[in-house]
Amino acid sequence: MIAIVDYGVGNLFSLRSSLSAVGAEVTVTGDGDALRRADKIILPGVGAFGDAAAKLRVTGLDAVVIEEAKAGKPLLGICLGMQLLLERSLEYGEHAGLGLIPGDVVPLSPPDGLKVPHMGWNALQFSELRSPIFRDLNPGDHVYFVHSFHAANCPCVTATAEYGIPVTAAVGRDNVYGCQFHPEKSGPVGLTILKSFCEL
Amino acid sequence: MITKRIIPCLDVRDGRVVKGTNFQGLRDVNSPVELARYYSDHGADELVFYDITASAEGRALFTDILTEVASTIFIPLTVGGGINEVADFERVLQCGADKVSVNSGAIRNPNLIEEAAKRYGDQCVVLSVDAKRVDGKYTVFAKGGRESTGMDALEWIRFGVDHGAGEIVLNSIDTDGVKGGFDLEMLRAVSEIVSVPVIASGGAGKAEDFITLFETLPQVDAGLAASIFHFGEVKIPELKALLAQHNIPVRL
Repeated sequence: MIAIVDYGVGNLFSLRSSLSAVGAEVTVTGDGDALRRADKIILPGVGAFGDAAAKLRVTGLDAVVIEEAKAGKPLLGICLGMQLLLERSLEYGEHAGLGLIPGDVVPLSPPDGLKVPHMGWNALQFSELRSPIFRDLNPGDHVYFVHSFHAANCPCVTATAEYGIPVTAAVGRDNVYGCQFHPEKSGPVGLTILKSFCEL
Repeated sequence: MITKRIIPCLDVRDGRVVKGTNFQGLRDVNSPVELARYYSDHGADELVFYDITASAEGRALFTDILTEVASTIFIPLTVGGGINEVADFERVLQCGADKVSVNSGAIRNPNLIEEAAKRYGDQCVVLSVDAKRVDGKYTVFAKGGRESTGMDALEWIRFGVDHGAGEIVLNSIDTDGVKGGFDLEMLRAVSEIVSVPVIASGGAGKAEDFITLFETLPQVDAGLAASIFHFGEVKIPELKALLAQHNIPVRL
């Protein structure tokens, strides 16, 4: 059973559907015990970092996610959910993250008047820390991004995308994984990633 | 590098996809779910669904169809038509839409743009504008392009972006349905005043029109069309291969 953390942030319809499409059993839950019982946890999120981090804290789910991840349960953060895995964000002030992955979340500042948010399909380039969730992908496979901030000062970058600068596309350390892009919106490539995560 | 997006647009009425020429004489083309799946399997980067139903039954049917599409197709979905208040955003987002396109609803109530952007984020709010030259000025038309508002299109678009619209769909009524190519002049004027993505709509008749679009206006992010895709006059995989040959970045 894969548990999607429901903490009142964002729309979980597509994520739930995409996991079902790869054959996973899914529950969308805000219940800490359900997260403890799940085999794997997905932390989604859209919107502002500060709000999302506060909601996660108020529900007490931040502690459960940290505890389960530290116990070795596979955890996948998606988009803002990935950013929440890091130590802190500099989005409109300074906010603490879950600290499961070292590094900061900083504003994207591409050169040459490239637009922010970084929105659309971009190609993945894998670092030498190639993540098992990308085991069935090829360099250059495209995934769908929508974001204005990204991870920096992070030694755990597993994939980047070129946008005038290398944008952090994915991070990973041990059993903790994060995708800045939306696998649930990235067509067959995205489904392949979700399938690989489900099969860990 | 971020790729140029090719976006088929599906106008849905009473559960069926339709497409008119110059917004008149609608023709039934296909099932929305089948067509969406076909496009997703054949290289579409995103899909736009416009609900052109007027009745409550039609609206409910549209919502059901949207749910079915979003349950099986995993590329970005933009939904427009009948978006008049924040509750309409909620209605379609809950069915799996990623972005919501406002047009006449925002003309009637310009605050809608900011209200929705604050609640769902700028990236969720697409301002769709039907514009036509009137006395040498780009003028905004409402109600599917049938009614002039007298508003200056560039001023309206600037207002929209300033209030949170994260993307602009610019549909030129002058070139729509004519199949003589996109309205490069109007698109250039809009691209010069906004920093958010601009989607070109109206006028594509053949694959070369997309090449001309992206080569002439590299700042345009996407090309949207309907009938030429629905009737197979332009096949998206072939179109993208052609764009790639011209060194225009696309997702193959």
